[in-house]
Amino acid sequence: MQMTNDNETWEPKIIAFCCNWCSYSGADLAGTNRLNYPANVKIIRVPCSCRINPMFILRAFQRGADGVIICGCHPGDCHYMTGNYHTRRRMTLLFSMLDYLGIEKERTRVEWVSAAEGQRFVDVMNDFVGQITKLGRCRRLEDLRCRTN
Amino acid sequence: MQDELKKRACELLADGTVNRVLGWSAGDFFYDITPTVFESAEDINKNFVYNDFCGANLSKYLIAESQKEGKIAVFLKPCDTYSFNQLMTEHRLKRENIYAVGIPCDGKVSAETLHDAGIHGILAVKKDGDDLVCDTVYGEKRMAFDVAQDERCRSCKSRKHVVYDELIGEEGEVLDSHRFDEVEKLEAMTPEERFNFWQGELSRCIRCNACRNVCPACNCELCVFDNPKSGVFSKAASNDFEDANFHIIRAFHVAGRCTDCGECSRVCPEHIPLHLLNRKFIKDIDTLYGDYQAGEKEGQMSPLSAFTEDRDAEPSIVQKGGIR
Repeated sequence: MQMTNDNETWEPKIIAFCCNWCSYSGADLAGTNRLNYPANVKIIRVPCSCRINPMFILRAFQRGADGVIICGCHPGDCHYMTGNYHTRRRMTLLFSMLDYLGIEKERTRVEWVSAAEGQRFVDVMNDFVGQITKLGRCRRLEDLRCRTN
Repeated sequence: MQDELKKRACELLADGTVNRVLGWSAGDFFYDITPTVFESAEDINKNFVYNDFCGANLSKYLIAESQKEGKIAVFLKPCDTYSFNQLMTEHRLKRENIYAVGIPCDGKVSAETLHDAGIHGILAVKKDGDDLVCDTVYGEKRMAFDVAQDERCRSCKSRKHVVYDELIGEEGEVLDSHRFDEVEKLEAMTPEERFNFWQGELSRCIRCNACRNVCPACNCELCVFDNPKSGVFSKAASNDFEDANFHIIRAFHVAGRCTDCGECSRVCPEHIPLHLLNRKFIKDIDTLYGDYQAGEKEGQMSPLSAFTEDRDAEPSIVQKGGIR
């Protein structure tokens, strides 16, 4: 019975790590243009997408995130010249490892969103939230002691 | 072989090339092997051993030993020389304080494998053709050497010494060992099966940190897992998250630097096949960024420090069931 209630009220929690220079500005642009994207997305600003330690992602899942999305500048446009090239290699390997351990691949994603792409930011978030809603609650990396609802 | 090494170690000490020798000695049982620094010929003649149980990789001990005064001689098996090169690449060793002696290795055995196979009270072992003959208090027991040896030796990647000052025995070759077979088997499973497999393995973890402490690639002065604020500080796994978190991060931190020496699995008291995590990264790196063997040459650029602007795969290449 608890489980059914749980599913009825469940809303996905999405953590979006956005790079300060492109994607965060892109989200800002979406806001000033009054474009709609789901409130399930919680944005965390990082100086560069390569600032993201794999532990951040695992930590987000531990504390109940159902999906984690990383947004950075398009390859070639990094404010720090090479940061997102490193992100690209690291995250490819990390996602492959998560898949190897049996954690659904669809819960993690990397997207390149520039400061001018407010509409793209909205489209990406809508799509990702839809995908996570279909998958349901993330249980495989969740720490039950951290559950609040 | 043991006598030859003893003789050479004594010579090196006597002619003043080195003032210490890093080798192995036996504990209470002859198969209970500990890495040891010897300082006198007397000590070497009494305690030095080299046998089928000397699996320990001595490279990591050189980080501390090479900082001390005087030169140290070290015996390196082929797989240890890869770790040695990797440590050189990372500027962790003082090369001028090390005299590396390459020694041959034809696969190592661990006492646990023999115990698991019901062979107890071992007094001596010797090789007889393809068999390992164990002289025990209960009489003679036989076991195929292929079965008895460690998994990492069964799929040995190389019998070639990539670095040495002096070589005892003959130069071996790089082998095609099918070491990714196990990884491929796991990749072919469904996500549920994989999750259950890894949960079954990783939930046995007692967080003794032996895998980290023994790993030649895990050589940070201060480890992320030693940070009391990290939230994963010396905590026995109590749920799925902690099981997986430590092992994902551990494997990720050595990705691109792991030489696949297999020490992590050898020392694991719970027999978790940790090398399968490392090999997954090695396999992915090979597939995506070209063949790369960490430690093959000194000064190599790790694939995780390097990148190409236009040829790197996007993270979306990882589909359900891995990289396609």
